Amino acid sequence: MTQIGVKPEESYLNISEHLESTASLNDSVHFKGLRNKARKCFQELGFPVERRGNEEWKYTDVSPIAKIPFEMPDLRHQQFVRGIVSTPVGFGKSHWNKLVFVDGQYEEKLSVVKDLPDNVLVKDFNKASKGDYDLIGKHLGNYADFHGNAFNALNTSFLDNGAFISIPNEVVINDPIEIIFMTTGLEQDTFIQPRILVLVGDNSKVAIVESYVGIEDTRYFNNSVTELVVGNGANLEYYKIQTQSRKSFHITNTEIIVGKDSTFSSMNIDLGGKLVRNNLNLLTNAEGSYSVLNGLYLVNGTQHVDNQVIIDHAKPHTTSRELYKGILDGKSKSVFHGSIIVREGAYKVNANQVDKNLLLSDKAEAYTKPAFWVYCDDVLCGHGAACGQMDENALFYLRSRGIDELSARSLLTLAFVSEVIDSIGNEHLREQINDMVHSRLEDWLGIFS
Amino acid sequence: MDKVKNGKSMLNITDLHASIGGTEILKGLNLTVNPGEVHAIMGPNGSGKSTLAYLLSGHPSYEATSGEMLFDGQDLVNMLPEDRARLGLFLCFQHPTEVPGVRMDHFMRAGLNSVLRSKSLDEMDVLKFDKFLNSKVDIVEMDRNLVKRSVNEGFSGGEKKRNEILQMAIFDPKLSILDEPDSGLDVDALRIVANGINQLRSEEKSIILVTHYQRILNYVVPDKVHILINGRIVKSGGKELALEIETNGYDNIEQSLANDQHSG
Repeated sequence: MTQIGVKPEESYLNISEHLESTASLNDSVHFKGLRNKARKCFQELGFPVERRGNEEWKYTDVSPIAKIPFEMPDLRHQQFVRGIVSTPVGFGKSHWNKLVFVDGQYEEKLSVVKDLPDNVLVKDFNKASKGDYDLIGKHLGNYADFHGNAFNALNTSFLDNGAFISIPNEVVINDPIEIIFMTTGLEQDTFIQPRILVLVGDNSKVAIVESYVGIEDTRYFNNSVTELVVGNGANLEYYKIQTQSRKSFHITNTEIIVGKDSTFSSMNIDLGGKLVRNNLNLLTNAEGSYSVLNGLYLVNGTQHVDNQVIIDHAKPHTTSRELYKGILDGKSKSVFHGSIIVREGAYKVNANQVDKNLLLSDKAEAYTKPAFWVYCDDVLCGHGAACGQMDENALFYLRSRGIDELSARSLLTLAFVSEVIDSIGNEHLREQINDMVHSRLEDWLGIFS
Repeated sequence: MDKVKNGKSMLNITDLHASIGGTEILKGLNLTVNPGEVHAIMGPNGSGKSTLAYLLSGHPSYEATSGEMLFDGQDLVNMLPEDRARLGLFLCFQHPTEVPGVRMDHFMRAGLNSVLRSKSLDEMDVLKFDKFLNSKVDIVEMDRNLVKRSVNEGFSGGEKKRNEILQMAIFDPKLSILDEPDSGLDVDALRIVANGINQLRSEEKSIILVTHYQRILNYVVPDKVHILINGRIVKSGGKELALEIETNGYDNIEQSLANDQHSG
């Protein structure tokens, strides 16, 4: 469908309009309205390839995404995919509830939806009832504003199916619910536009895992939008784990709105991808919320990971803690751009932000940029940032006690990430992530003793 | 009493030269330490005391430009620091490094097991090591909870020093090089550290105690005292030499050396 000489933006719009005209997309009025507006918006914005004077994209060049004519995955492959993928390959336990999407298509056979309390909804949009659509319509697109955000607008231009989780008030769900997006990469240069909406009712508690995995080590483009609504007194543990192809482009936009006295934690893990950009925006919309935003990225080769985190403390007595850590090898690059906004009248805000990078190679680069916009006096804000090579004194200290150099380096590298891994609440996920990080570092550093 | 085992000394340094960044720090140092002996090396700031300690333990930033260092008959010059540790050489750091994220007890067990492995001895599992560690913490009157914390992280100055002596007890080295174990300690902490060192003295083990002040030598009585000035040992003697320094200072020795040179 891509035509020579057509601007990449036009190519996406052509595909999207074609799907619209053939009634191939979700026909809900709300969805249709969003798509039409988003298309217009995306057309106006275009990809943010202009970086001069553009702080948001200063260190991350998305022109490769704009240059490659990505296509919708060919659905004829679905038969084949069903043949090779028999079990979901996410990170949760097999009995956990899960919604599985393969190359953007919901796969009922791989998904698990069972034993849920009354009125808890875990389904794809296409299976939503009329009543569900009223709820979806009330929230979807309300938090992830595509104005000024080209990738969000692009995602919304293709708004069709997606994952919908709704927990009513006063419900505690014990096992996490996983949403798996598997990109097979069986064809080169495909794109998928995952969409997620999670509503957590007042005083309810749940953990959500958003997993991005791949099969073939090919080039593809993932562009997702997630909206999380955390009710008053609610507790949401949110994990995003990405291990996709090292040739892939991975853009995510996560919008979170947290209610009064709520608790929110996010853990963002990036191990795969060639170019990764995570936009994580948190709005504290009522007093007394406590939010912890942590992240870990391990990159080598020419991988590039950019985390853009904005925490908007709009209300008083809200607390946020950020801890992002990265290990970089080869010629990899990382960007951490953490903004904290404290609005006028948002007194007693307590915000702390830390980003630390361990560079294992001379050629790796880490950019870290904290930004505070504080419009209130009575607040407590702090930040720390560090980028550096391994502490040679610590290395010698370990070696002076008989530990060989390789083991000492491994020990120090693992010690560096342990702070983030130890903060993972769910035991199973903590072990999974710990194992993945260990085996990744084993490959980089050699064997462990 | 003949302390030379099989006619071999513990440490034999001959005409050792070393420089850092093009500046020569050690300028022909000679030292022989026999099993069971405690040698104090005293000297003013910048005389090369710490350089000697780092050189012996194999810090990669310090390199011997010429001369010989034989430890238990083996040449140290090109030996990796971990191999020196495995042979029984131990450095008690003047400024022990903080290692966030690595637990003290895990770190010590990893080190000890590498040493045991190198000798084809059985490694210690967690239970066995914990028991062993527990039997040693009293030597330096250390809080048992400290070993569950990250290596030296948030330790007070005194705790760091005691922690070094605890490790000396754990590793039970043939030769310990104590780099200013007394610096920054109050009298009580000094007594605890010195007490620990004394408990670890034996007929087979040797200690090189590097210090600026005579104070600690009241507690850890040395067999020999050497004065290191400007990269050379300029004077050696018994424990009374330390007292002489205490009374007259290093200036006096430097002065008399200068006079000797002029008259010679």
